[in-house]
Amino acid sequence: MSLPVLKPADFASDQDVRWCPGCGDYSILAQMKKVLPDLGVPREKTVFISGIGCSSRFPYYMNTYGMHSIHGRAPTFATGLKSTRPDLMVWVITGDGDALSIGGNHFIHALRRNLDINIVLFNNRIYGLTKGQYSPTSVEGQVTKSTPMGSIDHPVSPLSLALAAEATFVARSMDAHVKHLGATLKRAAQHKGASLVEVYQNCNVFNDGAMAYAQEKKQRPENVIELEHGKPLVYANGKKGIRLVGTHLESVSTDDVPVDDLLIHDEKDSNPSIHMMLSRMSYPHMPEPIGVLRAVDNVATYDDQINQQVTDATAQKGDGDLDALFTSGDTWEVS
Amino acid sequence: MASAPTSKDVQSVSGITVRLAGDSGDGMQLLGTQLTNTSALAGNDVATFPDFPAEIRAPRGTRAGVSGFQVQFASEEIFTPGDTLDALVVMNPAAMVTNLDDLRKGGILIANEDGFNDKEFKLAKVEANPLDATVVQDTYRVIQVPMTRLTRDAVAEFDLGTKLADRCKNFFAMGLVYWLFGRSLDPTLRFINNKFGRKPEVAAANEAALRAGWAFGETTEAFGESYQVDAANLKAGTYRNIMGNQALAWGLIAASKLSEKNLFYGTYPITPASDILHELTKYKNFGVRTFQAEDEIAAVCATIGAAFGGSMSVTASSGPGIALKAEGMGLGMILELPMIVINVQRGGPSTGLPTKTEQSDLLQAMYGRNGESPLPILAPQSPADCFNVAIEAWRIATQCMVPVMILSDGYIANGSEPWRIPTMDSLPKIKIHHPEGTDPDEPFMPYARDEYLARPWAIPGTPGLMHRVGGLEKEDKTGNVSYDPMNHQHMTDTRAAKVSRIAEQIPAQEVYGEATGDVLVVSWGGTYGACQTAVRRCQEAGHQVSHAHVRYMNPLPANLGELLRGFRKVLVPELNTGQLRMLLRSIYLVDCIGINKVQGKPFTVTELVGSIESHVATASRPTAESNAG
Repeated sequence: MSLPVLKPADFASDQDVRWCPGCGDYSILAQMKKVLPDLGVPREKTVFISGIGCSSRFPYYMNTYGMHSIHGRAPTFATGLKSTRPDLMVWVITGDGDALSIGGNHFIHALRRNLDINIVLFNNRIYGLTKGQYSPTSVEGQVTKSTPMGSIDHPVSPLSLALAAEATFVARSMDAHVKHLGATLKRAAQHKGASLVEVYQNCNVFNDGAMAYAQEKKQRPENVIELEHGKPLVYANGKKGIRLVGTHLESVSTDDVPVDDLLIHDEKDSNPSIHMMLSRMSYPHMPEPIGVLRAVDNVATYDDQINQQVTDATAQKGDGDLDALFTSGDTWEVS
Repeated sequence: MASAPTSKDVQSVSGITVRLAGDSGDGMQLLGTQLTNTSALAGNDVATFPDFPAEIRAPRGTRAGVSGFQVQFASEEIFTPGDTLDALVVMNPAAMVTNLDDLRKGGILIANEDGFNDKEFKLAKVEANPLDATVVQDTYRVIQVPMTRLTRDAVAEFDLGTKLADRCKNFFAMGLVYWLFGRSLDPTLRFINNKFGRKPEVAAANEAALRAGWAFGETTEAFGESYQVDAANLKAGTYRNIMGNQALAWGLIAASKLSEKNLFYGTYPITPASDILHELTKYKNFGVRTFQAEDEIAAVCATIGAAFGGSMSVTASSGPGIALKAEGMGLGMILELPMIVINVQRGGPSTGLPTKTEQSDLLQAMYGRNGESPLPILAPQSPADCFNVAIEAWRIATQCMVPVMILSDGYIANGSEPWRIPTMDSLPKIKIHHPEGTDPDEPFMPYARDEYLARPWAIPGTPGLMHRVGGLEKEDKTGNVSYDPMNHQHMTDTRAAKVSRIAEQIPAQEVYGEATGDVLVVSWGGTYGACQTAVRRCQEAGHQVSHAHVRYMNPLPANLGELLRGFRKVLVPELNTGQLRMLLRSIYLVDCIGINKVQGKPFTVTELVGSIESHVATASRPTAESNAG
C-alpha cells in the first residue's frame, strides 16, 4: 500500500491566517507546508507546539495536531510529548522573546538533552504581539516603546546559545530567502536529535528592515555568507573569504589570499568551537552566516534513551508485577 | 538465632510511644524505621512521625542538628504516633534538651552518657550536665548508658577503627530498646544482612552491637522489668508497613495498570515530595518514565505534553513549586486534559519550613490560578490512604478530562502505618476511551461533551482527528479560538459545572458518631488521626461529639451542608489559620469555629480534646439566639 501523496494545501487548517499583511511569518508558513509533504510523515503523526507571541499562532494554521501553549514553555511540552511518543514528529515554533527571554531556561535544556525535536525560532528582534517593546535580540541603542532612550541590553545570539548547550544541529535562514529556508527546514527535520533553526523574520510593523542588510538582495552578498559543508568560506560573489587566524576569524580578499588558505566549513566537527566562532560573526564587522553551522550525527537522543531504559529494565526484571511488589519485603498475616 | 526470652519480669501494656533523638548523623531515622517494622511484624498497630532538620548536616551536636523519630505501637487501633512519650532515647545533650518536654512524668529517659561531656554541653548551649539536674532525676526514670564505650568493646574484635566502630552505636541503642519492649531481633538481623552483606565485617559489627545492647538490658540492674505489647486486633489480611510517599507512588503505578496506560512522572526535586520520584524511578519495568525537569514549570508543562500524547501523566511538588506550576495547571484545565498534580504540603509561606508539616495550601489549590479555573482536589487522610487517593484521582481525571490535585502533607508523606495489601484483581479497572477516526464528512469536534461534560481524548497519531488545542478561549465544540462574549460565558460555566458535578459521583460524607448533635468536628488531610482519636476520647467521656473527615475537598460531598446544619457547633481543626473553615462558611453559610495551629507540628490529641471539651460545654445548652428564634 502506498501512502497518499500530500500537497502543501493538505497541511493548511480551516482557520484564517491573522498575521499582519506583509509579515515574514507568511513565508515561513508557506515553506513549512511545502517541505512537509517531502518528509513522508503523515499529518496525524506531526505535531506543532508553540509558546506565546505572533509566531506562536503558527499551529492553528496547520492541519496537524498542535498545541498553542504558554509563554516560553513550548520546548517543555515537546519534551513530555516526544519522551512518551517517540513515533511523532514534533516541531516547536517560537520567537526571540518566547525562546530567549521568558523561555531561555527551557531552550537551553531541550537542546542539551538532544531531544529529537525541531525548534524553529522566528527572530524579528522585537516584541510584536505586545506592540513593540525591545526583545533579547534587539540591537544596543534600539529605540522602542519601552526604550525611548535606546536599549541598554546586550543582545543574545540564539546560535551561540544553542552551541553553548552543545545542540547537535544549529542553522540559520531567512524569510526572504525562500529556497534556502525550505532546504534548511528540511535538513532540520531530517536530523536525528535536537535541531535549532533561527529564521530572520521581518516585522514590517514594529521593526521594519531591522535585518535589511541581510534580507535585501542587493546588500546580501556583502553581509551574508552561505555555509556549505566541505566548502571554503567565500562570500561577496567570491571576492571575499573567511580565514582562521589563531583563535579568531577574519575577512580577507580572495585577491590577496588563495582559496586554499580559507576556512573549510566542517559542520560535522564534534567540537563546537569553530561553529561558535562562526555564530559570533555579525554585521557590520563581519558577514553573518546562514545555512547549517553544525550537524553532528549519532548522538544519543533523550527520547530514545528514556524509552530504552524502560526496555532494558523490563528485559532485566521482567514485566512489573504489582502483587509481587506489594508483598515484597516484610509482611505479616492477620487472621 | 534471635534473642532468648528475657529472664526478668514482663509487664503487659496496651501501647508504647517512643522517641529516638540524636544528631542527624547518629542514624536515628534508621533506628526508628527498624523499630517500626519490627513492631508491625509483631502484629502491633503502628504510627510514626519522623522529624528531621532541613539542613543535611547541621553543625554536629547543636540543637539545630537534632533528628528525631517517634513511633507508637499498640495492641489496639491507633491513628497517631502518640502525644506524650513513654520513653525517650537521647544520644547527646542537644537531643535531650529539645525533646524532654514531651516525655511524660515517670517516663523512661535513656541517655548515651558518653555523649554528655563539656564539649557537647557547649555545642548544645547548656551550662551543666542536664542529666544531673535534680528536677530531671526526680521527674523521670533516668537510665544512663555508656553506649559509645560499650559499643566499642562489643565490636573490638572486628578492628574497624574508632570512627566506624562508633557508627555502630545506633544498633547498640536499638538492641537495648528491643529488649525493653520485648521486640524480636530477627527482622533487624535480616536487614543488617541485606544492607551490609557485601561488607561482612561491618555486618558482623552491627550485629554484635545490636546483641550487646540487648544483653545490656538483660543484665543491667537499671531495668527491673521489660514491657510487652500484644498484637492488635486488625482486620484480617496480609499487611506491610508503608510510608505516605511510597503509597502515593505505588497507587500511581496501580492506577496506570488499571487503566492500561504507561505512567509519565515529570517533576523537580523538592522536599518533601522528592521521595515519590525516588520511588517511581525504580519501577521502569512497570512502564514508568520519570523526567527530572530543569524547573517546576518545565515539570508541569512536560506533564501536559505527555497527557496530550495519551499517557497517564503526573507531576508533584510542594507549595513553592506549586506556585510556579500555577500557569501550567491553568493551561491543563482549559485544555481539558487528564493529569494529576500532587502537592505534598509543608510549612509556608515562601520557602517556609521545608521539613515540617502544614495544611496551608488548600486555598492555593482552590484559587491559586488566574481566571476561573476550578480543579477537583482530593486529600488523603493517612499514609496508607495515599494509595487509594492516587487511584481515585486518576479515575476522576480521565472520566472528566481534567487535572486533579492531590493535597498530601509532610506528616503523611514521611509517616508510616500498617497497610492491608489489596490484590490488583480486587481493584476496579479504569476505562479510558480514545476516539478513532470518524467519518471524513463529519468534522471532528474536540470540544464536544459527554454525560460528564468531558471532551474526547483524541491523541496524536489518530488519522482524521487532527486538531489544535491552546490556552486561548475556545469555541464550544470546535475548539477554535473564540473571543465571542457568550461563548466565553458558556465555556467558563461548563468547565465549572464539569467539576461541581463530580459531587454526584463521589461517596456521601460519612460521619463517625451521631449524624446530628452538639458538636461536629470537621477535619481534612493529615489531621485525621489526631482528630479521630480526640473525638473517640470525647465520646468515651460521654460528650455528644461526632467527626466528619473530608477527603474530597473540591467538590465537597453533596450532603456536607446538611450534615453541618445538624449540629449546634461545628469545629474545624486545621494546621493553618482557617482555610477549610473559610470555605465551609462561604459555601454553606454555616458558622464554623476554627482550631488552628501553625507550628510545623501535628496536633496532639490532648490539645484537641481540650479544645473540643471547651466547646462541648456551651454547645450542649440551647443558646440565647436559638431560643429567640
